[in-house]
Amino acid sequence: MKPPNYKQDNNQGSYWHSSLKILWGILLVWFFVSFGCGILFKDTLDEIKVGGAPLGFWMAQQGSILFFVSLLILYSYLMNKLDDKHGYGEEK
Amino acid sequence: MDQTTWNFIFIGISFGIYIGIAIWSRAGSTKEYYTAGGGVSPFANGMATAADWMSAATFISMAGGIAAAGYGASKFLMGWTGGFVLLTTLMVPYLRKFGKATVPDFVGDRYYSDAARLVAVICAIFICMTYIMGQMRGVGIVFSRLFGIEIWMGVLIGGGIVYFYAGLGGMKGITYTQVAQYCVMVFSYTIPVIFISLIITGDAVPQLGLIGNYIKDGAENAQPLIQKINQISTDLGFQEYTASSSNTLDMFCITAALMIGTAGLPHVIVRFFTVKNVRAVRKSAYWTLSFIAVIYLTAPALGIFARTNFVEEINQKKYQNAPNWFKNWESQGMIAWVDKNEDGIMQYRAGDVFSGKPIFVEKPDTTLTGPRKVSNEINFVSDNEVYYDKDIIVLANPEMAGLPPWLIALVMAGCVAAALSTAAGLLLVLSTSISHDLMKKIINPGISDKQEIKYARIASFGAIAIAAYFGINPPSSFVAKTVAFAFGLAASSFFPTLIMGIFSKRMNKEGAIAGMVCGIGFTLSYIIYFQFITESKEFWFGISPEGIGFFGMGINFLVAFIVSSLTPPPPREIQEMVEEIRIPKGAGKSIDH
Repeated sequence: MKPPNYKQDNNQGSYWHSSLKILWGILLVWFFVSFGCGILFKDTLDEIKVGGAPLGFWMAQQGSILFFVSLLILYSYLMNKLDDKHGYGEEK
Repeated sequence: MDQTTWNFIFIGISFGIYIGIAIWSRAGSTKEYYTAGGGVSPFANGMATAADWMSAATFISMAGGIAAAGYGASKFLMGWTGGFVLLTTLMVPYLRKFGKATVPDFVGDRYYSDAARLVAVICAIFICMTYIMGQMRGVGIVFSRLFGIEIWMGVLIGGGIVYFYAGLGGMKGITYTQVAQYCVMVFSYTIPVIFISLIITGDAVPQLGLIGNYIKDGAENAQPLIQKINQISTDLGFQEYTASSSNTLDMFCITAALMIGTAGLPHVIVRFFTVKNVRAVRKSAYWTLSFIAVIYLTAPALGIFARTNFVEEINQKKYQNAPNWFKNWESQGMIAWVDKNEDGIMQYRAGDVFSGKPIFVEKPDTTLTGPRKVSNEINFVSDNEVYYDKDIIVLANPEMAGLPPWLIALVMAGCVAAALSTAAGLLLVLSTSISHDLMKKIINPGISDKQEIKYARIASFGAIAIAAYFGINPPSSFVAKTVAFAFGLAASSFFPTLIMGIFSKRMNKEGAIAGMVCGIGFTLSYIIYFQFITESKEFWFGISPEGIGFFGMGINFLVAFIVSSLTPPPPREIQEMVEEIRIPKGAGKSIDH
């Protein structure tokens, strides 16, 4: 292992900047599917049906959880790609 | 073979497996004891974390809670899963890179202060202690039901087993035991639901059944299940199953507090220190949530099936014709019927049958033909005649679906697995907080590796003894209120402090300590005032104690930023350390298993 380089170089700066962008994107969707669809806009969404269930209710009890899992898979994929691009990638 | 024999066989086999794993994976070094040497595969760690996360209360009571509250219970479903998104994106990759064994370790080093470390240790101990008491109680109750022994004996047996493999095996032992426990839990939870789904909706996938048709009245009368339950609910005087919460702000705050609390629970965070690098942490996080989701996506389906089934089989039926499971659970004291209008028919309606839990006049007796009499004060305001404990939604489900006794035994083994796995994870954090953070880092830095493990084992013995004591003698109605405590505390202490430690280079020790103290102080006072001091339900802005952690977090952030802007920035090496943890590469060495 190389000794860590403490100088704030450009590569490190742009890595952090890009990872914050990914982070904000993920958290935006996270907020929208749970607090948004499941609580704040629940009544409006209930007008639409998935199968026999009102959409707002379904989002609160099923949909949001499915989104959470997908978000974490996406996060892992995007961050791993970012690591590799900036040379911070590790063995799989 | 009868039910008791099957119970003995299943519980016996599962205990044998847990103890076998503990002996095989005995920890030799502190690194193995605290973080399993950092060499657990992401997949195995995902299963272990899922088992650690899902407690006895989740396993036994959640589906029943959903059945009773309908849409209102969504806050728990979203709160306890959505927290993992915060945990994964904001916390664990960076804390894993930092590479120390415990959460107070990070707080102490990042804020270059033993005072901050001490506050963190006290929080960790308090959170885990409140949590583990409920688990011990849960184990005791399950054992007492299974084998007809007293609750205190059940608590002692459970405590002994947990101490044996958590104290001996440390994190390594716990992790591999939890993998086995997850498997027991997931089979015992989902299989009965699949069968009841087939009966009610004809769909083998419960999640599709949930949005499918109710077919029990025959194919020509099929109608969407949700429509059916809404209609049943309003007919019996309940609100619609899918009706919105009357207080959206409170619902929002509780969901947020549960999510933030989840991301700040030390026993969940340390689980991710057991994998080899940051890439593995990310992978492990999505496996964890996937394994949790299997059960969390099944619970709402189970809730709705069981509620529909319960009403259809019980309401307006003659007591003599009640199904067998009804009488079984009545003799267990989990169901009661009071014939208020003396027509011999059971009316299930909204409202309480009587005040509190049933107090039966006669002892349980299987030869009894009539209903068991209760001595409670009967509530004649409501027409409801049927009382049921919400835990039977999971416990009686296999019988409702007409499944064989061995499957019922499997469900029992699942309950025990859920309680033991969570208790073990908490016990580990408790013991490391004392041996590592308190003894090694604050009181006596000179102790050797061997001594440290010895202290950890002694500490876990002490912790399990205290937890068992409170499991046997719960401080009056305290256990039920621990949710508010543990999550409120985690949300107002660890979550903001850790976030600022990672995302703000400017945050200094003065800010962090002031923030923690104010956040915790506010949250605890609010919870203690409304839970223990006053009977009043006049909450500020209608926010219940479960949701106040969300504001506690806000106060922590605010105070921390104000105080840190008025005091000098942290030393240069600390700022460099923060730079360093933001880069994933080089997250410590690991030991392969």
